[in-house]
Amino acid sequence: MKRINLLLATSAAVSLAAGSAFAADMANEMTIVSWGGAYSASQLNAYHNPYSEKTGVKIINDESSPEAVAKLRAMKEANNLTWDLVDVEAADAIRLCDEGLAMEIDADTQLADAPDGTKAKDDFGDLMVSDCFIPQIVFSTTFGYRKDMVPAGTEPPTGACDVFDLQKYPGKRALNKQPVANMEWALLCDGVAYEDVYDTLETDEGVARAFAKLDTIKDQTIWWTASAQPVQLLADGEIFMGSAYNGRLFAMIEEQKQPVGMAWDWQMFDIDGWVVPAGLPEDRLARVMDYLYFATDTQRLADQAKYISYGPARKSSAPLVGKHATLGIEMAPHMPTDPNNAKHTFVNNYTWWADYRDDLDAKFQAWLAN
Amino acid sequence: MAVLTTVPRRPASFYVPVVAAFGAFVGLFVGTAQGSGPLGILGGAILMGALAFLLTHAPLAEKQLRWIVAVVFAIAGFALAGLSAGIIGAALGWFFGWLTFWLFEGRYRAHLVPYLTPGQVLWHYTFRVICGAIFIFLITPILVVLPLSFNAQDFFTFTPEMLALDPAGYSLKHYRDFFTNSDWQNALRNSLMIAPVATLLSVGFGTLAAIGLSQPHVPFRRAIMAILISPMIVPLIISAAGMYFFYSRAGLQGTYIGVVLAHAALGIPFVIITVTATLVGFDNSLTRAAANMGADPVTTFFRVQMPLILPGVISGALFAFITSFDEVVVVLFVGSAGQKTLPWQMFIGLREQISPTILAVATILVAISIALLTVLELLRRRSERLRGMSPS
Repeated sequence: MKRINLLLATSAAVSLAAGSAFAADMANEMTIVSWGGAYSASQLNAYHNPYSEKTGVKIINDESSPEAVAKLRAMKEANNLTWDLVDVEAADAIRLCDEGLAMEIDADTQLADAPDGTKAKDDFGDLMVSDCFIPQIVFSTTFGYRKDMVPAGTEPPTGACDVFDLQKYPGKRALNKQPVANMEWALLCDGVAYEDVYDTLETDEGVARAFAKLDTIKDQTIWWTASAQPVQLLADGEIFMGSAYNGRLFAMIEEQKQPVGMAWDWQMFDIDGWVVPAGLPEDRLARVMDYLYFATDTQRLADQAKYISYGPARKSSAPLVGKHATLGIEMAPHMPTDPNNAKHTFVNNYTWWADYRDDLDAKFQAWLAN
Repeated sequence: MAVLTTVPRRPASFYVPVVAAFGAFVGLFVGTAQGSGPLGILGGAILMGALAFLLTHAPLAEKQLRWIVAVVFAIAGFALAGLSAGIIGAALGWFFGWLTFWLFEGRYRAHLVPYLTPGQVLWHYTFRVICGAIFIFLITPILVVLPLSFNAQDFFTFTPEMLALDPAGYSLKHYRDFFTNSDWQNALRNSLMIAPVATLLSVGFGTLAAIGLSQPHVPFRRAIMAILISPMIVPLIISAAGMYFFYSRAGLQGTYIGVVLAHAALGIPFVIITVTATLVGFDNSLTRAAANMGADPVTTFFRVQMPLILPGVISGALFAFITSFDEVVVVLFVGSAGQKTLPWQMFIGLREQISPTILAVATILVAISIALLTVLELLRRRSERLRGMSPS
């Protein structure tokens, strides 16, 4: 009999201890969904840690942004919302807003004004592409190349169109496994004028033309699905050049000292920011809005640029961008918006993509498969 | 072992081609590393064939010759690609010296019974090579991870410094990261809180189910058994999606208890199977004898049955523990970020930030697994010795 009692006692004790440890944290914590890696680290340093210190709210990081749309749909279906705040790209934010999965926010009344009194909406300006979306950073998808693999006697690549030039730059390349950016680059480098790219993509011939251009490098291309992959491939020397987020390339070149160069031309600008899931209970919503007010003010956005080379979304933050927190180098020349890097830029038309994304995703997957 | 057969020396037409074939195999790797595989094969075959011929016709003693080959290969490797290549070169030199004389002197037949045909001798060694190859195939992915976890860089890359065995290329920083990073520490804590409780539940329910199902008078035994072990057979993603929607309705999704229950359900089949297997050899007259002496069923279970089926229970518990500890699919659905377990953290780590911290964790987990299995094996031997089942 002793043994049973012992067994029962231990199992009860274990589950009680575990359960109470868990329940204690539940009340004052917040789950924030983001992209992981260096990007999450920059948010941790610039927003989460200062906020937790100030308020005592514990912030749990969920690195599920790549599946944010699908997961929010499942949560709605199951009527079980476990996320408090989600970091998504602009196009996803528009989709989530259209589906009623994200909450509309009035920036002027619910977010902080700029230090000079400018209202939040004016401070964010054109970047507020949806009523549900609070912009955070401007980032770009651009190209990195191995400096030591440039063929002798050849100029190093300068931009997106060099990825299609197998004669001049032989070797494997890496591209994001999605139509966004790749389709635009394919048309642009095939001779379509910048202004006409999206109009061309609306036609079947335009889509076929983009795929035909991509066909020329298909067998030399490794498709990446996670933003850390192209960086790893470059570090390994598995590829000659590849598209990657400029912040990842910055971390690789400046922090890890890899022999990699940037090819900025026709970098694809995009915006990333917050959405609040629709249907949060009152107490959680209040906590999220308090966090948002704090984390999207002018100083906080400028602080994030100390840790990663993404441009702050508020106009008023730009003059406050200084040196990197640990490396001590000026961050301005590494921003995608720096005049030297932004000679030719491509502004991602997220509203267009919000309408055409599902259709082109299907076509792109079909093209990949055969 | 005793020498069973004395065999005369072999003709050069036998051992030179065989050594050349091995040379071609090694040459393929060396050649690929230096730029051309086919050239490596050719070079390896010719060089090693010639070496075999020279060794067996040189006027020196075998021992001296083998030392010379090893040293020459080591120097050649060092000249070609530094220290680590030198070590590989020495090993290769030792191997080819040994192989040549092993074949030349006919030693490969020395420990075999004399009536084997050449085909049987060939099969004898081919079999060993196949077994070795399977072993290498299973173990290499684990071994590759170990040195990479000491990488001084933040990538899954063998840097030139690492290959040259330069201490500057190695670092413990990824281990430091694991022990200081709050994400990893949370994940470790969650895993350690979930796995033991899930194991306890699995063992409790699984053992009871196995004992019940071993009673001949239970109706539909096979059908019940099939249902109980179905979590092992149904694709995990299906169970996971089903659990997600069911647990959401029941208010268990994203809770600690939900994850524990889900993992217990996954672990139960392992316990049922291992305990059922040990119950096959269990003599039911023992329980009847105990009952005859006045013990109630519970006492009988803990005093008579449990000690005898304990090995099955423990190995079932081990499987249940490992299932919970390694599981990533179900916890991604049933858990929320607050229940992020180690495998979950490793999974997102691989996707979002290819950081060698994952390899450091993997190395630690491998070490723990080895320790766990060693302890288990020692316990088993001890109990066998105590029970007098083994002559030692």
